[in-house]
This record gives sequence, structure tokens and C-alpha cells, in this order.
Amino acid sequence: MTTTEEPQQNPVARTVDKAQYIVCAVLVAVGAFVIYDALSLEAGFAKVDPVGPKFFPIAIGGILIVLAIVLAIAIPRGSVGEADAGEDVDPNTPGDWRTVGLLVGLFVSVILLVNPLGWAITGTLLFAGAATILGSRYYIRNLVIGAVLAVASFYAFYSGLGIPLPAGILDGIL
Amino acid sequence: MENLDWLLQGFEQAATPMNLLYAVIGVLLGTAVGVLPGIGPAMTVALLLPVTYNVSPSAAFIMFAGIFYGGMYGGSTTSILLNTPGESSSVITAIEGNKMAKAGRAAQALATAAIGSFVAGAIGTALLAAFAPPISRFAVTLGAPSYLAIMLFALIAVTAVLGASKLRGAISLFLGLAIGIVGIDFLTGQPRATFGLPQLSDGIDIVVIAVAIFAVGEALWVAAHLRRRPADVIPVGRPWMGREDWRRSWKPWLRGTAYGFPFGALPAGGAELPTFLSYITEKKLSKHKGEFGRGAIEGVAGPEAANNASAAGTLVPMLSLGLPTNATAAVMLTAFVSYGIQPGPTLFEKEPLLIWTLIASLFIGNFMLLVLNLPLAPLWAKLLRTPRPYLYAGILFFATLGALAVNVQPLDLALLLVFGLLGLMMRRFGLPVLPLIIGVILGPRIERQLRQALQLGGGDWISLFKEPVAITVYVLMAALLLVPLVLRLMHRSEETLLVVEDDRDQKEKAAQA
Repeated sequence: MTTTEEPQQNPVARTVDKAQYIVCAVLVAVGAFVIYDALSLEAGFAKVDPVGPKFFPIAIGGILIVLAIVLAIAIPRGSVGEADAGEDVDPNTPGDWRTVGLLVGLFVSVILLVNPLGWAITGTLLFAGAATILGSRYYIRNLVIGAVLAVASFYAFYSGLGIPLPAGILDGIL
Repeated sequence: MENLDWLLQGFEQAATPMNLLYAVIGVLLGTAVGVLPGIGPAMTVALLLPVTYNVSPSAAFIMFAGIFYGGMYGGSTTSILLNTPGESSSVITAIEGNKMAKAGRAAQALATAAIGSFVAGAIGTALLAAFAPPISRFAVTLGAPSYLAIMLFALIAVTAVLGASKLRGAISLFLGLAIGIVGIDFLTGQPRATFGLPQLSDGIDIVVIAVAIFAVGEALWVAAHLRRRPADVIPVGRPWMGREDWRRSWKPWLRGTAYGFPFGALPAGGAELPTFLSYITEKKLSKHKGEFGRGAIEGVAGPEAANNASAAGTLVPMLSLGLPTNATAAVMLTAFVSYGIQPGPTLFEKEPLLIWTLIASLFIGNFMLLVLNLPLAPLWAKLLRTPRPYLYAGILFFATLGALAVNVQPLDLALLLVFGLLGLMMRRFGLPVLPLIIGVILGPRIERQLRQALQLGGGDWISLFKEPVAITVYVLMAALLLVPLVLRLMHRSEETLLVVEDDRDQKEKAAQA
């Protein structure tokens, strides 16, 4: 509220943020799935449970779809959500979606590799990979910090907290 | 005086050397992550939840108490030294505090923020100890219909009153409610929305959701918009205040506390409005009006105290009713659940020692914050220079570690990614995060309460509206939803009044500059 120092934009020149239709799509997808799933439930109708297991999912799913419609109507009229600002975030720059895509790809490979390779290796790769993607050019240092963090957390969780993280191919060595 | 006995017992529990160590760790961690950009107290507690699974509940809560106040203080340090408020509640601190820092008075700004936070935290915690037990004693006498009404009220209040766009608040809330459906229906035992995965029959672990939305979502969002220029940190020595600073600070501290606590305790109060009100009040009452906008110490002292007092206030509904009203409280509440403690009005009866230990540790954490942070301020200022790639790679690393530690299954990591992307979407499109988290937590409880209330009432809907408290709450709820509409029709909504005041401020400042 107090950070808007730039002059108020001319309402006529307001651009429509069409990307918001993604939100509509997500709302419809979630709503439709919740309703579809609820319809497959046994009603289990009892006099003392007039609500039943279906009511909440169907109501919530229905409202989600209604909200999607309301938003879809509001978007062309210039309704925009104010993107989150923050210390390191400059919402006025165009989004760097390539970085985000690379991070998501890195994360998917972590999910697939964490059991076969173990936490010590995937954790290292996760940290070093993310730091590199985010622009740190010191590749060796990235790997060293990642390895220290991953191995230290593996042992801390194993002996300190009694949580055995996956050891993977290093099983027996660690 | 029974409460005082309990409080003393709480101190006994909390003041063991081991627990004091946890308090120190909590305060240091809390301040460190509060100072670090992009991480707030809610995210810190979420990231640490898995770590605390194998620690005793009291030790965990002592650490959380330290994080709670530490995170708050760390945020104000960033505002003052960097002029980049991490949360909306420290926007006001940034206005005057950063001006003070630029004028070479960073040490005084940090000192008045730290001592003001301490004063407000101490008074707020004392008020919490005084008010929470009677409220919970009253709440225990309420029947299921009344409790249902109160939970609905909190849900609507958080969604409708906080945040700029009601539509976006509602979208966030209902997404949260939809996530809350996942799991086995408690009355009929059927799996709902589990995709046939047995791992999901207990619902999606709230830790995974919280870590994903707060940490992963934030890291991805920052990755998309990382500032490429280095941050401009104002160097600072040890904070201190002169006699004149004390004279000008102590009244704003007390007034700020008086604003902050009640707003925090209300389901929809939040911390923004009290900090703003405190700022306006100090500006009106100050003898140094000309300094406002150029670094008036009152403009840091008052809002900082209001911010902290409001944080203490949010613990009142959390402990006495089991209602979370801000993100940190919501995440802390999930910690209760993970220890098998059912949050709600019976908390003070069933787990008195644990709750009083928590309250005692809030006092201890608050005190340690003051003792540790005054000498450590230069170190925190250095922390602000952490290279951003390492900071956000670290957040992703610890988020993954935390989610993996919950059940040690890759499925949780997949959920982490899905909800992380949801968090990214919400930040991109300005959907508030808080209603979603509250929806995930309260949705299942509301459904259970509703169906249990109906069971007790023999399946009769009218039975929901027979308790006087329930009726009162529904009337309040209607008022809450209708009053802004009426005000808007009269063209004099509170919001526009604030904005007008604000604009004028900005214009004056622009004219001076």
C-alpha cells in the first residue's frame, strides 16, 4: 500500500493479464476432479448424518468452478492480482521462466534418483544444481557445499534424529 | 492464582539447561532466517517441523517460541538496513527505519526496534497468559454448534478482511479446502480424492504442504524474478540509544503494544492495520513532526512494538480455541497435531504443563532475543550479503530434506513439487497464501464438527442454530460480510480513507524530496 510510488496508471491503458486464465484452468480441474471423485462414493445415508461424505467435496468443487467463472469474467475487465514483491523479487521484470523450468527439471530428477542413488548424492546434486541454475559460477564450490550439506544432514538425521534417509548405492559405505 | 502456579511450573520445565539451549538455537535460527531475504517465520517453523519430530514436544515448542519472536525481529532488521520489508507488517518500519539508517542512525533504529519488540513481546505474552485461560474455560462450555460457528467465522474473517482482493482470497481458501478433502472420510471410512494411493489415506501431510507453499513456492518465484543487482546494505555497529532516544521511544512502544495486541487476538486483525494506526498516532502526537518521513525514531518504535504485540495476540485464539489466524500460528498448530495433541479449547485442561511451558518459553525467548541480538546486529547485517544462489539453493535443499524426512518416501517429494508449483502460481497471480493454509487446517475440522454436531442433534439442521453463542457469531459473520458492502455504497470505506491518507503522505514526501 505504501510502496506504490509510481503515479497511478491510466485506467484506459490497463492491460489485461491473460495468463490469469491458468488460474481458471487449475480451479476447474481441481473442482471437477473433486466432484468426480465424490460421485463415486457410497452415500452411506443415515438419518443422523444428513451431510454424508459427498456434500463437502461437491460443494467445494462446485464453488471452485463458480470462482473460476467469476475470475474468467473479471479478467477481461482488467482485474489483476498484485504479484508478490519481496527483498529479492522485482515483479516489474519479465519472468525468467527458463530458470524456473530448469529448477523443476532438476527437482523431478531428484524425485526419481533419491531412492536408487541415496540422499547423500542426490542432495549434493540438488544443491549444486540449484546454485548453478540460479547463477553461481563457482562450480567446484557449489559441489563442495552441496556435498557437505548432504552428508552432514544424512548423518545428523540418522544418528541424531533416528530418521534413516535413503542411503542408495552408498549403502554400507556411509 | 492457579495460573501463576502453572506459569511457574512452565518456567521450571523451560529453564533446564538443555531447554535453554533449544531456546538459544531457536532465537538464533529465527533471527537468522528472519534477516535472510525470502524466509519468514512461518517458513522457518515449517522447515524445522520435521527436525523436531524426534525431540520432546516441550523442547520443540521452546525452540518455536524462539523462532517466533526471532523471525519477527529479523524482519525489522532487514527493513531498516535494506529498505525491503519482507512482510507487509514491516512496511512502516522500513519507511522511517531506513531513513534513520541512511542518516547514520541505524544503531538507534535497530535498538529502538529491538527494545520495543522486547517490551511489546513481554506485555503481549503477559496478556496472553492472562486472557487465554479464561477464554478457553469459556470455550469449553460451548457446544459443537457454537464451535462450528466460531471456526466458520475465523475462516471467513481471514479470507474476506485480510488481503486486497476478496475474489482471490476465496480462490485460495477453496483450493485449501479442496486439499483438505484428501484422505479417508472419518464417518464412512471411504477414501476421498486419494487417486487410489494408500499413502494419501491419512490426508496430505500438512508439513509437506506448508513447506511446499512457503519454501518451494517462494524459491521458484524468486528464481523467476531474481534481482540481478547486489543488495545495498547499510553497515551498522552495535545498536545503542541515547537518553533523548529513550525519552522519545518509550511512549510509542506502549501505545504500539496497545494497538497491536487486540488486533492480533481478533481473527481478522492482522498486523498491518495496527502498525499503520500506530504510525499515524505517533505522527500526530510527536513534537518532531518535521522528522517524520526523514527518519523519526517514534515511527520505528511504535509500529515495531505494534507488530510484535500483534504476533503475541495471535497466540490467544491459537491456544485458547485452536484457531490459527496468521501463517506462523497455522504452522505451529500443525506441530501440535504432529505430536498427537488435539488443538482446541480443551488444550489448557488436557495439556496444561505443555501450554504453560510454551508461554514461559515465550518469555524466555523474548528476553534472549534482546540479550543476543543487540551484540549480534553487525553479524546479522553481514548475513544480508549471503549470495542469492546459495540462499535459494539452500532453501530448496532444506525443503526437500524436510519433506523427505516426514515419511521417507519419494511420493512426498512429488507432492512437494506439485504444491510448490501451486505456491509459485499463487505468488505470480497475487493469490494470498494464508487462506489456503487455514483452509487445509480448518476444512476437515469444520466438516467433522458439522457432522458431529448434526449427529448429536439427531440429524436436525435447526439444532445448529440453537445455542446463543452460535447465533451471535453468525450475526457477526453477516455483519463482517455486509458492512464493507454498505460502506462502499456510502463511498467512505475505511480502506479508502487509509489509502487517501497514505497518498497524501507520499505526495508530501515527494514534494520534500
